[in-house]
Amino acid sequence: MSESLSSAFSTHRGRPVRSLSNPRGVLTFWLPAFWLVVVVLTAVIAPILPMETDPDYSSIASAPSTGHLLGTDSIGRDNLSRLILGGRSSLFVAFCAVLFGMSIGVGLGLTAGYFRGKVDLVISAVVDVVLAFPGLVLIMVLVAIRGASTTTIVVGLTVAVTPTFTRIARANTLSFAQRGFVTAARVQGARSTRILFREVLPNVLPTVQAYAFVVAAVAMVAQGSLSFIGLGVPPPTPSWGGMVAEGLPLLAPHPTVALIPAGILFLTVLSFNLVGDSLRTGSGK
Amino acid sequence: MTGSAMTQDRAGNAGAGGPDAAVKKAPLPRRRSARRTALIMLLGRFSYLIMILAVVSVLVALLVNFLPGDPAHVVLGPDATPDQIATLRAQLHLDQGFVPRYWNWLVRAFHGDLGSSLRTGEPVVSAIKQRIPVSVELMILGQLVAIVFAVLSACYSAVKVRRWQDRALSTLSFGMISAPSFVVAVVLVYLFAVNLKWFPATGFEPLSSGLGPNLHSLVLPVVAMSAEVAAVYQRLLRADMVRTLREDFITAAVAKGMTPANIVFRQALRPSSFSLVTLVGINTARLIGGLVVIEQVFGLPGMGRLLIDSVSNRDYVVVQGVVIVIATAYVVINVLIDLVYVVLDPRVRSVHE
Repeated sequence: MSESLSSAFSTHRGRPVRSLSNPRGVLTFWLPAFWLVVVVLTAVIAPILPMETDPDYSSIASAPSTGHLLGTDSIGRDNLSRLILGGRSSLFVAFCAVLFGMSIGVGLGLTAGYFRGKVDLVISAVVDVVLAFPGLVLIMVLVAIRGASTTTIVVGLTVAVTPTFTRIARANTLSFAQRGFVTAARVQGARSTRILFREVLPNVLPTVQAYAFVVAAVAMVAQGSLSFIGLGVPPPTPSWGGMVAEGLPLLAPHPTVALIPAGILFLTVLSFNLVGDSLRTGSGK
Repeated sequence: MTGSAMTQDRAGNAGAGGPDAAVKKAPLPRRRSARRTALIMLLGRFSYLIMILAVVSVLVALLVNFLPGDPAHVVLGPDATPDQIATLRAQLHLDQGFVPRYWNWLVRAFHGDLGSSLRTGEPVVSAIKQRIPVSVELMILGQLVAIVFAVLSACYSAVKVRRWQDRALSTLSFGMISAPSFVVAVVLVYLFAVNLKWFPATGFEPLSSGLGPNLHSLVLPVVAMSAEVAAVYQRLLRADMVRTLREDFITAAVAKGMTPANIVFRQALRPSSFSLVTLVGINTARLIGGLVVIEQVFGLPGMGRLLIDSVSNRDYVVVQGVVIVIATAYVVINVLIDLVYVVLDPRVRSVHE
């Protein structure tokens, strides 16, 4: 998915994309970035927000009102509170998966790209096999073995996203390892670990970080799909995908119960994609 | 064999290449190596696909080894009698080591025996046989819809490149990529099933009750499933098409007075679609993921539902069976895609003649 996105908004010319005076930059970078900040911030400060976690039996599946700003769900739980708590669990899972996947992937990619040979062959083969297999099915198999828990899903998502990072890190390492400053360091007698961490890694990292947003979008979708089919973070912890699934039978009388979390998830994934894309194409990479 | 193909090609090349002898000769050595590379790449792809299948089959056969504690206890729960546990251990071949168990599993799998469900006792193969037509139909229709959408919108975009129509379509496809398939499904159900009542929200009409009702029950699932993939295809094909439209032979076609539609579909589409074909194969994996979700939303009795049910019931034998069938399907589809590539790209094809 990540490769195919790169061509999306790469047609910018003239003013830099990430300038507030560029209306296009506002739409494709600043607005989604603002949305992500809001979502992340509410997720982080959720414990100190006034949450209504207990069902309010006097208003079941109600429309938005002053008491419940976004209405209530099928058993009277406040939708806004659940959305914030759901965002907290969804973002936490995606964040962990991206962080672990990036660390492991960059490590593997650096090793494969720098040492080449048999190491590269083995790492690339493993990466190809994992990439070929449907990520969702892979996580489902893990859930079948270990049961649905936050740990299982983080592990599964990490396995699913690591190959992407490995590939990007490997490709970048290959090109940087040929450059003069690496040869210079080697001639000066620097050890491989030093060259990898002090010379190659700082150059590879910016590209990988830009991809992190796009991968975060993939992780959010996978995580949401798992919760939606009932194999994600187990209830009572709310999740956006789970909320959409719970709202589905109520779609005719109370469409907001399913449509609001669906919309929030869509906006968040879209923002991750837009920001990631601006970071990649806007900075000339 | 390669020699005769070469001479044939040389003749064809001379006809197309024009009177300039230097131009005629120069590309020949390069093309020969390009063909060899294509053949090696194809062989490489096949062996890589077989490797995937091998790895998946090993992992799947050893699935129960990854269970925490004694798998028999995990499956049967704490109240199981020693008798039941002994039976299950024998059924899962837990008394054997890794290698004999994998070998046994492989031999039985080749004989069409994937074991029986731990819950219902139904043979896994018959459960899969029941479910597979629904998923295959969804898959085929999903890819078809995605490809048709991608071809039409990408061609239109490429002709109107950088105008508002192109930008609107690009924005649309960016949105489609960012929408999880279940979100698209919920919106479609809300609009077309709940409000307009054009299509059913859930349920499946088998092909036996007629093609019309069958397709009618699959419209929303297919659209929801193919939206993301269609956008991915659209994006790639548009980029390739824009590049092709800058080529000299297109300028020549314009000069001859051919209509834009004629140029795009008759001349530019084929050379633009090579990477798309590869992408169709790669995206099979993503569509299978989408299949699982979509079958759940619309209550379709396919492989995805079987997988979800068996995972929630911890019915490992069924999980094993479904996963190995999915992996096999992935490999077979990719081999077929490679063959399409051969048909489409004459440079690869001439090796086989």
